Amino acid sequence: MTTIAEPRSRATRKTSRTNAEMIGWIFMRASGVLLVVLIFGHLITNLITNGGVHAIDFGFVAGKWAAPLWRVWDLLMLWLAMIHGTNGVRTIVNDYAEKTSTRLVLKSILVLAAVVVVVLGTLVIFTFDPCPPGAPADLLPSFCKA
Amino acid sequence: MTATAQAPSQIGEVPTFEVRLKVRRYLPPEPAQPLPYGAPAPQAEAYWEEFTVRVHGTDRVLDALHKVKWEQDGSLTFRRSCAHGVCGSDAMRINGRNRLACKTLLKDLDPTKPITIEPIKGLSVLKDLVVDMEPFFASYREIMPFLVTSGNEPTRERLQSPEQRARYDDTTKCILCACCTSSCPVFWNDGQYFGPAAIVNAHRFIFDSRDSGAAQRLEILNDKEGVWRCRTTFNCTEACPRGIEVTKAIAEVKRAMITRAY
Ligand code: HEM
Ligand code: SF4
Ligand code: SF4
Ligand code: FES
Repeated sequence: MTTIAEPRSRATRKTSRTNAEMIGWIFMRASGVLLVVLIFGHLITNLITNGGVHAIDFGFVAGKWAAPLWRVWDLLMLWLAMIHGTNGVRTIVNDYAEKTSTRLVLKSILVLAAVVVVVLGTLVIFTFDPCPPGAPADLLPSFCKA
Repeated sequence: MTATAQAPSQIGEVPTFEVRLKVRRYLPPEPAQPLPYGAPAPQAEAYWEEFTVRVHGTDRVLDALHKVKWEQDGSLTFRRSCAHGVCGSDAMRINGRNRLACKTLLKDLDPTKPITIEPIKGLSVLKDLVVDMEPFFASYREIMPFLVTSGNEPTRERLQSPEQRARYDDTTKCILCACCTSSCPVFWNDGQYFGPAAIVNAHRFIFDSRDSGAAQRLEILNDKEGVWRCRTTFNCTEACPRGIEVTKAIAEVKRAMITRAY
């Protein structure tokens, strides 16, 4: 005997109600607005003013990071861009990956990559010292002797 | 002078021309014996078939499909009911765009090339142009598409000002044809997304001053597969045969959710 499904049977969708996706949506917009300011500020100071792109070297970075403003600026840019970009790629994975296993693999790689970059970047910004005491003189940039 | 004798028959004559229809066809195979429960159904290949029909300048794609079905191949299968853009039965992908066959005039399409006609995407094909609409209607039922009220029933009708009515006028026009949902790239992927049509119909009640189920509907759509999956690509707005500003309605529902939360 064939069984015919009830015409008005409840949907089989699992409900997954959560504010997380709303928070993500708002974050993308808020971080986007901040990133416009941060990224253009970054591009202007690095590429246009202060001698332009040819002036960038180790000393240039050391000089910028001597000021707390630029450390905070770059830290914010790092965190916002990484979380924004990672969440953006997460949506793309959700939209395009068809199998649950593909999603899991792609998102694991994504999160791993994001964590490595954020941790490494944060570590550098907080611990950067152009002239570490006790380092051999031939490894130090010339301005450390001053 | 002799020409006047001919003239009356010329007046109002509708030009006729030939069109080629390239239709995507699919015939599900009949299993030789009833399959055990859960066994995968045998698969058949979908294929393109071309038909040439002579049509009038006033004809629509639906008329051409009728001509094929009635005069050439009675097995061609498609849905239609009202034939006048009201019932929402005959959504199909015509020349790559989701439209109602009964609202698409042949003279507006390029007659030098075959007109491609496919089933709408993202829903499984049952036969030829007929798709399984159940996932679409399941999402629709979930957003509670009925008036939810509270308090005592009034003795007379529930009053509403013209301004209050105008607030959701656009979304009352929906005929549930699925042109929008089946044009949405997010829906195509795994079909879990509620889809624009469900959100449009939620909007119709959320912004109705007589309704008091807005909080519940917003809660239902504040889902991993709810409004936040919309990527604002406007495919749905472009596809809607009723001219509903679908993406705008979705944005209004998103905004209502944010104002509710904060
Ligand atoms: C210049 C400032 C930026 C602004 C104003 C901005 C804005 C946005 C907005 C509003 C979204 C959400 C789109 C949606 O929900 O459909 C988005 C998505 C995205 N953003 Fe940004 N963003 C900026 C910079 C960046 C940067 C620096 C990255 C890379 C690290 C990035 C990577 C992404 C990705 C991968 C997505 C997902 C794409 C998509 O959803 O289609 N964005 N961006
Ligand atoms: S605007 Fe949103 S709902 Fe409409 S087609 Fe695009 S993603 Fe889908
Ligand atoms: S919103 Fe428009 S396209 Fe979508 S189901 Fe309703 S009438 Fe059809
Ligand atoms: S047949 Fe009813 S809308 Fe086209």
